Amino acid sequence: MKKFRPIISLVVALTCGFVLQVFINAGIINGYYDHIMSKMAMFIIAAVSLNLINGICGQFSIGHAGFMAVGAYASAIITKNPALLLPETVVGMPRYLLALIIGGISAAIVGFLVGLPTLRLRGDYLAITTLGFGEIIRVLLINWKFVGGASGYFGIKPYANFITTYLLAMLTVVIIRNFITSSYGRACIAIREDEIAAATMGIHTTKYKIIAFVMAAFFAGLAGGIYAHLMQSISPRDFSFLVSIDILLMVVLGGLGSTSGSIVAAIFLTFATESLRAFQALRVIIYSFMLIIIMLFRPQGLMGGKELSWDAVQSFFKSKQKQDLTSAKSTEGEG
Amino acid sequence: MMPVLKTTDLTMRFGGLTAVLDLNLQIEQGELVGLIGPNGAGKTTVFNMLTGVYRPSEGQIYFCDELLCSAQQSLLASSIAKKGISRTFQNIRLFKDLSVLENVKTAYHQHVNYGFLAAITHFGKFVAEEREIEEKALNFLELFGLEDRRDELAKNLPYGEQRRLEIARALATEPKLLLLDEPAAGMNPQETQQLMELIQFIREKFALTILLIEHDMSLVMGVCERIYVLDYGKIIAEGTPVEIRTNPKVIEAYLGGDK
Amino acid sequence: MTLAQQVLQQLINGIALGSVYALIALGYTMVYGIIRLINFAHGEVFMIGAFAGYFIITLFNIPIVPTLILAMAFCALIGIVMERLAYKPLRNAPRIAALMTAVGLSNLFQNLMVYFKAVGASPKAFPRVIDISRYEVMQDVYLTSDKILTLVVAVLLMVALQYIVHNTKMGKAMRAVSQDKDAAQLMGINVNTTISFTFALGSALAAAGGILYAVSYGKIIYNMGSMPGLKAFVSAVLGGIGSIPGAVVGGMILGITENAISAAGYSMLRDAVAFAILIIILLIKPAGIFGKNVREKV
Repeated sequence: MKKFRPIISLVVALTCGFVLQVFINAGIINGYYDHIMSKMAMFIIAAVSLNLINGICGQFSIGHAGFMAVGAYASAIITKNPALLLPETVVGMPRYLLALIIGGISAAIVGFLVGLPTLRLRGDYLAITTLGFGEIIRVLLINWKFVGGASGYFGIKPYANFITTYLLAMLTVVIIRNFITSSYGRACIAIREDEIAAATMGIHTTKYKIIAFVMAAFFAGLAGGIYAHLMQSISPRDFSFLVSIDILLMVVLGGLGSTSGSIVAAIFLTFATESLRAFQALRVIIYSFMLIIIMLFRPQGLMGGKELSWDAVQSFFKSKQKQDLTSAKSTEGEG
Repeated sequence: MMPVLKTTDLTMRFGGLTAVLDLNLQIEQGELVGLIGPNGAGKTTVFNMLTGVYRPSEGQIYFCDELLCSAQQSLLASSIAKKGISRTFQNIRLFKDLSVLENVKTAYHQHVNYGFLAAITHFGKFVAEEREIEEKALNFLELFGLEDRRDELAKNLPYGEQRRLEIARALATEPKLLLLDEPAAGMNPQETQQLMELIQFIREKFALTILLIEHDMSLVMGVCERIYVLDYGKIIAEGTPVEIRTNPKVIEAYLGGDK
Repeated sequence: MTLAQQVLQQLINGIALGSVYALIALGYTMVYGIIRLINFAHGEVFMIGAFAGYFIITLFNIPIVPTLILAMAFCALIGIVMERLAYKPLRNAPRIAALMTAVGLSNLFQNLMVYFKAVGASPKAFPRVIDISRYEVMQDVYLTSDKILTLVVAVLLMVALQYIVHNTKMGKAMRAVSQDKDAAQLMGINVNTTISFTFALGSALAAAGGILYAVSYGKIIYNMGSMPGLKAFVSAVLGGIGSIPGAVVGGMILGITENAISAAGYSMLRDAVAFAILIIILLIKPAGIFGKNVREKV
């Protein structure tokens, strides 16, 4: 039975995705929620990948939006210029998907170039260089006239529909989960736990930090590409320092190191941001208050580093049953 | 026969402080050697140089006649581990938030053959290899009497078991030379006795060469065949436990207060 | 205008801007030194300082020096309250939680200001508290009165800070707590008071920086703290975070380079260059110019 759990999870997740898409097609879920759900899936990709660096590998990166920007612009350039890089005959959805991959690869290359020299810095210093890198990317984009500079890059075709984004998010989660539970992931976690001990166990620490960093950059680029084709226009502002912080918040809120936590927090925070729009000016104030309150009362995040799993669900119900039994018994006793 | 480990004029300076000076060690295959000395004599610094944590200021380290490091070039700690030197730490450095089993599995890292694609898909060689790693790791835990603790987080183990787990983890890298840094620190006499038996046992079972730093005299004298005495970063004596016990220099530097 | 004159003029402008960065950077570096927190809300204290100055001048119509003192006192209070309410409860929590709280505070301050009718989202003209006059130092090289004010105030404050940190009991306590909180506590130092004092000191310096900046640039806006805040932070890291002289030197380096780049006609790239310098310096000297490289004990 245990052996089939991943397959069951996959089937359940796939079914959910398709049912939601059927609801969208039938008009039960309107366009507004369709858009929000796609955004959620996009942020899941961004958050789960950032968690790989910050939560699993224990490195402190706060420049994720920079990688998203690289992916977003690279993929948008390819879908907007039919003769560029891909043959002209590749159009529509296939072109979009290939553009996403190219966006991801571009981000991964940038990630490699950034990671190679900087990953030997520790903790806060790494954080600052990633922050600086994110800002550099933004300033360069502002100065790049080909993609509209500060005013933004417009007229990107809306290829990002719900089901493709959902499936991509699923694929991302599966790949990253598999990575974490392999010897690669164990090496990354060992680095997080104790870098010197990890090295004396034969783990090439720099190599694994870079692997995690590049992989996370790839998926951030993917998320950026989806964002571009979801919003249909992008500008350097969309990838500011605050966006990096938003994604970091998802990771921290979900509990550093917990993939399922990142997913839940990405869904929750995207939803919170959207529903607070009704409050207009008060929106950011409420949002910031919420953030501070959550951090003060649950600094370890919602999941506190643990994963949502079948075992956890089972033991939860078991302990509940026990509680019910004992409470039933105690009431009996009282009676 | 070539020595497993040989150092020539190994020296380590931190700024103006010379922690280790002109150290010449030679350890043969299968030996169990002790490295003793008063606090601050530079013992742990020697281990840090041998495992690539520090790069020596001068001198060379040879492992099975191969130059591991010198002041000019030094292998990474991970590469040294791959050559077959493994260690424990004085102030236990387990992967605290990982389970006991995961700690040992992590140490199998260098024996994993599947690639990145297999890792992210869990296809190919992944399944068979992971199963093998798990079996091997479980065997180790059994050997160290930790099988009941397999799913416990390392940080939640009692002190003595943490020490044993660290040795198990070091052994799981399948080393030729094992460096133990004060394995009996903080243990009671009974635990120390068990540890001595364990060290003897693993040495025979895995045909290991062991270098051991220890404060506990009974342990060192009981298990080691040969002892180096370090004081102020220099070797002041070398010999069998009996020779060391009667060496006036050692008595003066180290045992003087005790006897 | 010869090249030498141009260079000298830009050097003067750069030092003036750099001393503002340095004033903010000092707060970053002291707070980091004492509780290892990157206080991202520090740039907002700078902004609040500028607005406090604005309101004090428009309401009471008093000269610059008392304005400075009042605004500094006000921001010192804000610093203390901020630490007590938002950071103190998180002192033993994962550091990233405190960092996120700092970012939350930064957002909160900015948007509370926007929400506040008297501030709003559009820029406000800062009242002219001093006559802006130009003095010709040598041929074609000018010093303006706002720059003189900035330099004089900044230098006085830095000297005062140096005195406080090295010659007072509180300063000694600050240095002790930043070395080892627990040991300091055992020696009878009140750690909480010391940390509050550090926040007060840093916030007061930021407030002074805010007003000097406002006097020079003539305009203030709710988000004026974010870029200078980030730059000041870069200065602190550049100089070696935790080091007071480092913060001053880092601020100067950044101020001078930025002015040089603007003068060379690349003002669009100015922000990118600031970060590029940071990254380059960290790669060469991973702990900053004055930072100590700490070897991990094994």
